[in-house]
Amino acid sequence: MNTDYFIEGYCHIKNNRVLLNGEPLFTEKKPDFASFIKSVYQHFETDYPKFFKMDKLSKLAFMAADVLLKNSGRPVNEEENMAVVLSNRASSLDTDRRYQESIDDPDNFYPSPAVFVYTLPNICIGEISIRHKLYSENSFFIFDKFNADHLWHYSKSLINHKKADAVLCGWVDVEGDDYDAFLYIVSPKGDDKHKIEEITRLYFTQ
Amino acid sequence: MNNPFLSHNSIISSLGFDSASVVEGVSQEVSGLKLVDNPEIAPHPLYTSLIDPTLLQERFEALGPQKEYTRLEKMMLLALNGTVAPAQLGLTERVGLIVSTTKGNIDLLSDQDAFPRERAYLAALAQEIKDFFGFKTEPIVLSNACVSGIMAISVAKRLINEKKFDHVFVVAGDLVTPFIISGFNAFQALSTEQCRPYCKTRSGINIGEVAASVLITKNPKFEIDGSVEILGDGSCNDANHISGPSRTGEGLYRSIRSALREARLSADDIDYISAHGTATQYNDEMESIAFDRAGLAKAPLNSLKGYFGHTLGASGLLETIIGMHSLRQNTLFASLGFRELGVSLPLNIIKKTTAKPIDTFLKTASGFGGSNTAAIFKKMKG
Repeated sequence: MNTDYFIEGYCHIKNNRVLLNGEPLFTEKKPDFASFIKSVYQHFETDYPKFFKMDKLSKLAFMAADVLLKNSGRPVNEEENMAVVLSNRASSLDTDRRYQESIDDPDNFYPSPAVFVYTLPNICIGEISIRHKLYSENSFFIFDKFNADHLWHYSKSLINHKKADAVLCGWVDVEGDDYDAFLYIVSPKGDDKHKIEEITRLYFTQ
Repeated sequence: MNNPFLSHNSIISSLGFDSASVVEGVSQEVSGLKLVDNPEIAPHPLYTSLIDPTLLQERFEALGPQKEYTRLEKMMLLALNGTVAPAQLGLTERVGLIVSTTKGNIDLLSDQDAFPRERAYLAALAQEIKDFFGFKTEPIVLSNACVSGIMAISVAKRLINEKKFDHVFVVAGDLVTPFIISGFNAFQALSTEQCRPYCKTRSGINIGEVAASVLITKNPKFEIDGSVEILGDGSCNDANHISGPSRTGEGLYRSIRSALREARLSADDIDYISAHGTATQYNDEMESIAFDRAGLAKAPLNSLKGYFGHTLGASGLLETIIGMHSLRQNTLFASLGFRELGVSLPLNIIKKTTAKPIDTFLKTASGFGGSNTAAIFKKMKG
């Protein structure tokens, strides 16, 4: 059952850059996260108007998944059964604080549901699943820092027990203008062995 | 190879501070929902189930805390004490801790003086819980909207099967706060009366608060009277909408199929369904479609929201524990608030609390982000 799995590909969005398998695809210095992620969206000719309704966390996760899956050279569809397992530190606190500010104002006690819905970290998984039609296993975990050990165990268990054929896995964290995304695909094929040390090494690759 | 099973369990709620008294309340069809008029929660009166703050403080002090804890931490620590204490298990590297919550200490965002700013981070909440009992392993926080509580059981089972842990303590909890109430109100999802899941006259959700805990293990030494094994589970996304339930019940249907396949059971083997049933128009309708597609229209079904309201990230765990006791007592608990079927496809709603031999039950939940979870539990031979 404990067949070896592989890291098929990975993507970073960090420090004004988008990297695919460690290679920089896009670099642009912008004053804030909102304008940076918009320039990423434009650069990769994403063409998905719903993007502009998303909160920061969903925009970050969505773009990292889009760049990775589009360039993975694999069909991503319903038959593929790719699970989505994400994690971060700040949960949805960036949007939570924005929402809290709006209800602290007594003249605006009932703000728009469009903001409230993003006060959950797993909404970004929903956005990725809608975009790529993934009717698959999905879960969102929170840790103080990147936890390769947990992601390794959990994604392995999904493939071992036939809950998924592959897993889109990783870390997506946003707070204010700080952001850090590292997504990778775990699958039964590839060259790079799926090991805790390797996941950690790739996460820290700049 | 045996399956992981549910062992010691506890519930902190408006109906009582341990599983036995809460289940006694449910079996008497007592609801913990009350009309509350408190401007600190909402600008208008609403039905909710709240944990008595005086009782909470009194019980919590009996644990001999050495420092200050938030209200949610007190609830969760008390719930977890209800499983850690009777289990008498050495908290080694082989014992995991899973914390299930959607919003954690969200009340700290509006009251920033009482605790350090850091405490609003879910990992900081989990760290407090870890340190209180002296767990050796890093806590795993699961925050997957309203399926978190039942998904936490599934994650625990998977990590045990993966040999990461021998035993896992799960604790789940969420608070009733203006944050949550205003949000559901913005969705126009709140009912002004006691909720009535699946009923023709249903008018929306009540929000409630609980904390609950369970020990999950494979070791027969920890089997208790009422233990149930986890036969199968699945958590599939709707891939349809981030806040609206799927019109075809896609994710829930797939989650049920995934759980049945793993359990090697067919729909006819399910004796009872503990469903989600929030009493919103769209959710209940979606569930009827998914259950119909899965061939489960005839299985006796209830929603426990009429007793506790929707308790968010704790609801799935709370309702699974009640389901365990339902099997142990061979009793189907009434789906409180239900009068007449108000969904488009047939469901076998439990109208009256009835004695019936039941061995196997299905627990389901659905939530924002298109999330769904289904899990199947079976009575142990003992």
